[in-house]
Amino acid sequence: MEALDGNAIGGLLLEVFGAEMTTATGTCAGCGATAQVAGLVVYLEAPGTVVRCRSCDNTLIVIVDVRGRKCVDLQGLSRLEPAIH
Amino acid sequence: MAGAAVLRRLTWVVATVEEVVEETPRVRTIVLDVPDWTGHRAGQHLDVRLTAEDGYRAEREYSIASAPGEPVAITVERLEDGEVSPYLTQELRVGDGIELRGPVGGYFVWDGEDAAPLLLVAGGSGVVPLRSMVRHHQRSGSATRVRLLYSSRTLDDVIYRMELDETGERVEVVYTLTRDHPAGWRGYARRVDPDLLAEVAWPVDDGARAFVCGPTSFVEAVAMSLVELGYAPARVKTERFGATGGR
Repeated sequence: MEALDGNAIGGLLLEVFGAEMTTATGTCAGCGATAQVAGLVVYLEAPGTVVRCRSCDNTLIVIVDVRGRKCVDLQGLSRLEPAIH
Repeated sequence: MAGAAVLRRLTWVVATVEEVVEETPRVRTIVLDVPDWTGHRAGQHLDVRLTAEDGYRAEREYSIASAPGEPVAITVERLEDGEVSPYLTQELRVGDGIELRGPVGGYFVWDGEDAAPLLLVAGGSGVVPLRSMVRHHQRSGSATRVRLLYSSRTLDDVIYRMELDETGERVEVVYTLTRDHPAGWRGYARRVDPDLLAEVAWPVDDGARAFVCGPTSFVEAVAMSLVELGYAPARVKTERFGATGGR
C-alpha cells in the first residue's frame, strides 16, 4: 500500500477533533520527533487509518470505524497541539 | 480567536452538479453548487462520499480546483480500478446530486499574501490544488512572481492546458513530458531531476516558497532536491497522493 501524508485525512481529523488538524504539531512518543500532521506518513484502509512517524516509523495514530463510530488510538503520540489561528 | 482552535462542525451536504468539463480523455472537472458553502482557500480539499444501494460507502478526498470566490469545482482523474473516480468521471451528469463535506485542510494552502516568489511543482493530477493557487493569484491581482513546473506523461495528459498557456507574464508555466512528446517539442522531455529543478526553481536567495503535489515518489524526490538546492524544509510544502487515494 502506498504511503500518503496527513493532508489525505484532513476531513477525517476535522470530524474527530472538530478542528483543523493538518497544521497541528505532533510529538512522537517513541523518538521525540515533532512534525506537522500534514507531513506525517499516512496509510488509508490499512484497515483503519494508520499514521506513522516519518523519523522512526512508530505508529502514532490509528483511527478505526466501528459501526459508524470513529475509534481513535493516540498512544504513539506524547503530544498533539493544534496550530494557533 | 487567538490561542484557541476554532471548533467547527463538518457536515455532509448534497451538492448539485452545475457543469462538467472534459479536460482530457481520463480527467474531468465537475463544477458544483454547494449549499451553505463557507468559502475556501486555495489548496484546500473536500471529501466526497458515495453510497451504494446496499449501503456500502466509499469516501475520497479531492483537491478543490477553483479559486476562492469561484464556484466550487473538483478535477477527477479516472482510475481504472477505482471505487469512486469511475462514477465521477463517467456516470455523473449535470443536475445530479453528490454528497460532500468541506472545505478541509490548512497546511497546503496559499493565501496570496506572500511577497516571496512562488514555485509550484506538479506531477500529473497533482496540478489540481496548484491550479487553484494560480487562479487565485490571477483573480486577486497578486504581484507575487509564480513559476509552475508541471510534469505529465504526454501532451495529451496535460490538464488545464489551454488555461495554462494563457496565464500571461505573471505566471510562468514550464512543462516536462516524461513518456512521449510531439515533434518539435520545446519544453523539457524527462522526469523532474535535480538538474532540471536547478534550472527552473527560483534562486534560494529570493526567499522562495514551494508547493509540491503529485504521486508520493514524485513529491519525495522533488522535495529532497529542493532542500539540496538550499530551500529550507519549512518553505517546501508537500502533498502526496497514491493510485488509490483521492483526486
